[in-house]
Amino acid sequence: MKNNKSILYGILLAFILIAPFAFPDFRTQLATLWLMIIVAMTWDMTGGQMGYNSLGNIVFYGTGMYVAAIITIALAYDVGGYTNAFGGGVYKFTDQQYFLGMFLGLIGAGLFCAASAVIIGYVTFGLRGPYFAIGTLGVAIAAGELVSNWEWVGGGQGIALPVYPGDLDNGKLLFYFLFAFTGVVLFIFLKWLYATRFGAAINAIRDDEEKAEAMGIHTLRYKLTTWAMSAFFIGIVGGISAFQLIHFEPLETAYQTINLGIFMVVCVLLGGKGTLWGPIIGAILFHVFKEVTWNYFLGWQWVALGALIVVTVVYFQDGVMGYLAHRKPEWFGVRVDENKAEVSQ
Amino acid sequence: MDQILINLSLLAEFPIVNLKIILDGVMIGALFALAAYGLALVWGVMNVKNLAQGDFVIAGGYVAWWMTQQGLPPLLGVPVAFIVLWGIGWVIYKLVISRVIERDLFTSLLATFGLAIMMAQLLNLMFGSDTQSVSLDYKTLYFFDGLIDVPVAKLIGVLMASVLAAGVIIFMKSSRMGQAIRATAQDARAARVLGIDTEKVYSFTFSLNAAICGAAGAIIVMVWVIQPFYGITHSVRAFVIVTAAGLGNLPGVIAAGLGIGALEQYGAHIFGIGYQQAIAVLLLISVLIYRLIQQRRVRKSLQ
Repeated sequence: MKNNKSILYGILLAFILIAPFAFPDFRTQLATLWLMIIVAMTWDMTGGQMGYNSLGNIVFYGTGMYVAAIITIALAYDVGGYTNAFGGGVYKFTDQQYFLGMFLGLIGAGLFCAASAVIIGYVTFGLRGPYFAIGTLGVAIAAGELVSNWEWVGGGQGIALPVYPGDLDNGKLLFYFLFAFTGVVLFIFLKWLYATRFGAAINAIRDDEEKAEAMGIHTLRYKLTTWAMSAFFIGIVGGISAFQLIHFEPLETAYQTINLGIFMVVCVLLGGKGTLWGPIIGAILFHVFKEVTWNYFLGWQWVALGALIVVTVVYFQDGVMGYLAHRKPEWFGVRVDENKAEVSQ
Repeated sequence: MDQILINLSLLAEFPIVNLKIILDGVMIGALFALAAYGLALVWGVMNVKNLAQGDFVIAGGYVAWWMTQQGLPPLLGVPVAFIVLWGIGWVIYKLVISRVIERDLFTSLLATFGLAIMMAQLLNLMFGSDTQSVSLDYKTLYFFDGLIDVPVAKLIGVLMASVLAAGVIIFMKSSRMGQAIRATAQDARAARVLGIDTEKVYSFTFSLNAAICGAAGAIIVMVWVIQPFYGITHSVRAFVIVTAAGLGNLPGVIAAGLGIGALEQYGAHIFGIGYQQAIAVLLLISVLIYRLIQQRRVRKSLQ
């Protein structure tokens, strides 16, 4: 059994490595798919495993974008002047400036987002249930509005970053592997984390927060740590997206509350909340659905997505993993004793 | 920063400007209060937090706008929007809401969020993404040497909002259905035992809420502007008002609605019009934080 699993993981890893070369036309698509998988997994850390349904995790995505971009620019030029010129061609980046800026920018974005998660969480984690969802949604909308009025970072026009120096196809590969690397690291990290005492503690918070507190778990500390870890990864992928998209603006791209901000929740619900594989399966299904509607129902894609959200939430909330766990419990290591089941009836 | 100081000193120099801002805010706040009352009704009776609230408002506005495009008198739009949105609310209740009532709150929140996205996009496809408004050709009254202008259209809007609010209050107080709604809000199980058809009460309440929002939207299109994607801001405002006032506190809802209208106008005047949306949202966050601190105090006194 153990051998089987490592073979499966090996095949998956090989597929991840080969995919961009096997489907060279779909490199950007695959990178976006990774983005969806990562944000879904990070949302599941608080939403599925800890029971705190945030609608505002997108705030870290947008902040990550801005922090990574600002660090890159600030290493070479004055930020205010750069954003005013709006990439007017006067500002050139050398290769070294670009890659050093990207490296420091991504790390900085992750750390800054983790820190801001602690600060925001200190206020919002006092809210429970739907109030937490509405409060975080409010934080996300407010952040987008405030940034779009902040002239120093480009105001409503956003920031235009330098284009990848060198061959653009190599650039696409680089972004694919940056996303894929982050995703694989996140997956391994979560697989380890959910098996530790920490994972058990956040599950206890989800199941009954008062009892968890009574058992001696410092709940606020656990909640803040979890959210900070999730924000760290969202911040990093936000930063990668900033470099991938080159130009981004605050309301539609960075703090896209009703796009990615709600997509990540739907991905998790579609795949199955509170499971390791659920968000990944959900993200893949959702991404395929999204691309199909985008191609064939142009103009109606948003209506279709809204309908998908409603249908998922109303009729299929346990998701794929929940459905499988119900139908095939033996796949999940749950042994059903036929005799006992009859006795208890 | 300098601009903010200049704006502030302007307020101090001409106190009469304050009066104008407050008047504007109160007139628009009356309409916010209407939508918030509908939200409080649904929240209190069936424990569903409706994030599509603002989109009902916008949909009502488009009904009225469409009618004037057909050459019908704009004031007729208010009752028509009431009826049309009643129908839409009933359909949405039967299709979606009736299935999430028994579930946890996040489910209803997310389901209505999906509805909000759908409605905004449908309106966008049907009417285009331009901002629209209906102008009423009534006079504008001037006071204090023209420093304060009060369009009669706005006065009519406020008047209609108050008539609608009074009608709903009287209905809830004295009619048989209103009593049933209030009984269900207090204890749904007991109401069922006493022979109230709670399913009917739920569908009635949700349709009534949609209809109130629709009428409010039909008034908003006459005194302000609408756009398919303004719905979420209206929803946020309704949440601010209900969270600040608390459920089942009608005078509180009205006061909070008027207050938020005035605060938003002040914020737009001091910080610039670009911050108007942000102010509505920041108010929500500050209300939530205030409630949190209040609760902390209760927790401490218990210890």
